Amino acid sequence: MRSRRDRAGAAATAVVAACLGYLGFRFLQWGVVHAHWALPPGAASSLCRASRGQGACWAVVHERFRFILLGAYPYEQQWRPALACLLFVALYAASAVRACWRPWLLGLWIGVPAVAVLLLRGGWLGLAAVPSDAWGGLPLTFLLSTVGFAAAIPPAVGLALGRRSRMPAIRVLSIAYIELLRGVPLITFLFMAALMFPLFVPQGLAVANVLRAQVAFVMVIAAYLAEVVRAGLQAVPAGQYEAAASMGLRYWPATLLVVLPQALRIMIPALVNTFIAFFKDTSLVAVIGLFDLLGAAKAVIVDPQWVGFGVEVYLFVAAVYFAFCYAVSRYTHHLETALAAGGRR
Amino acid sequence: MIALRNVSKWYGEFQVLQDVSLSVARGERIVICGPSGSGKSTMLRCINRLERHQQGSIVVAGVELTDDQRRIDAVRRDVGMVFQQFNLFPHLTVLENCALAPIWVRRMPKREAEALAMHYLARVRIPDQAGKYPGQLSGGQQQRVAIARSLCMSPRIMLFDEPTSALDPEMVKEVLDTMVSLAEEGMTMLCVTHEMGFARQVADRVVFMDAGRIVEAGEPRAFFDAPQHERTRLFLGQVLH
Repeated sequence: MRSRRDRAGAAATAVVAACLGYLGFRFLQWGVVHAHWALPPGAASSLCRASRGQGACWAVVHERFRFILLGAYPYEQQWRPALACLLFVALYAASAVRACWRPWLLGLWIGVPAVAVLLLRGGWLGLAAVPSDAWGGLPLTFLLSTVGFAAAIPPAVGLALGRRSRMPAIRVLSIAYIELLRGVPLITFLFMAALMFPLFVPQGLAVANVLRAQVAFVMVIAAYLAEVVRAGLQAVPAGQYEAAASMGLRYWPATLLVVLPQALRIMIPALVNTFIAFFKDTSLVAVIGLFDLLGAAKAVIVDPQWVGFGVEVYLFVAAVYFAFCYAVSRYTHHLETALAAGGRR
Repeated sequence: MIALRNVSKWYGEFQVLQDVSLSVARGERIVICGPSGSGKSTMLRCINRLERHQQGSIVVAGVELTDDQRRIDAVRRDVGMVFQQFNLFPHLTVLENCALAPIWVRRMPKREAEALAMHYLARVRIPDQAGKYPGQLSGGQQQRVAIARSLCMSPRIMLFDEPTSALDPEMVKEVLDTMVSLAEEGMTMLCVTHEMGFARQVADRVVFMDAGRIVEAGEPRAFFDAPQHERTRLFLGQVLH
């Protein structure tokens, strides 16, 4: 009985392995062996087109690399968005080092996006001004997700506390906000921000598309994070409030000094999960005409010279998203183990 | 110092405190015992307003407890509390645990608050653990830190809610010793505990509660040797073996 089941299992494993092996082999044939990595000088995309179906045309990524990553930003100024990207990556790296978990890190989360915006905008110290419609690619993705996340945390904490408030008006308003924004698709808010918002403001008061999308993101992320924070607050034992209260600490000092720091620690995995989700969801801004990483990739694909090479471009963009999300995910795993071992009661 | 008059409290339909009256003089040491669910902890927690009573009056150090937050603050400044589960703040060091309230409630400068914390940590005989986190200490050490933390607010009254019930047997003594020395210095103390040896040694009065009422109260000798009520005899028979 046992051995028959074992044999069946072994056979199934062999079949699956064979299928995967075959697919892997085909992918290697297509993606590596017969692939065109770059166009020889002077050649056109027709070179790639000739071997279509047999080999991948990574040349499209090679040729349009900078457009995909940096969007339609003026070519000779592209060191600015590139520098902005580096700043964001440095910010993420600093946040990952526990020795850097000091008050100044909070300043960095405000400072880096501000500097990035200044860099992208220009108009100072002789930097040419670049309208926000031309911002695109990876810097836009970083900007929307980082600012969206960082700016959403304070209102999220407020909403979570409001939801647990003893004052009915505050509680009802908090619940209404959270449920309303979580109950409506993000894309709806982006459309509202892009199309409906201009109808309601007086003529001449133009608010940049990017800013409107950013505000929509902050509002939606705040609703999701509020639930994460609430779960964290609930996980802190009631005895902690009682001990704080018995020493004479009132609601706000008890919450800020005793309860929230513990709740934040418990929340880290869920916070990171939300960040990963919204990091990818920033690609929805493509529907309102902004060229984030995915939007820029799409723009490349409709370029007549490269039409038909969507698979290669999408695979490249997927790899970029994956690299960031996987790094974040691995880091959280590491963090959970480290914090669990950190001598807590 | 403390006066409870006809205090009653309900959790929904269930009455946890029935007409409880008790007055405690300055420097008096009261031990409260009784079966679980008899309302001992609830009574204690009403005295510093962790629980709200619904009938009767509670006056602590001349201040009657109402919904007025200023009165609650005033009472809590005078009343320290030690919990069964210690309730130390796990994200702060022992020193930070002790200095937190002096800094944020008494507005004391940090340096001064830390000196005060070290003074009380020395009194509970663990000054060398000041830099550690609560999770790195034994249960007995944690409870002594909790006592030091309360003392840092210079309370005139200390409430102990089963301070040794969560401890391993070999750690009970170090906590009781700390409490005895506190009693000897004249602190007004209310202790919910089943440590009858402690009650005999330091209590001025032992209060026995059952089903939300104070059944009887008396000096330890009279209480243990000649209990008046059948219910008390039954309970003492169970805890004294």
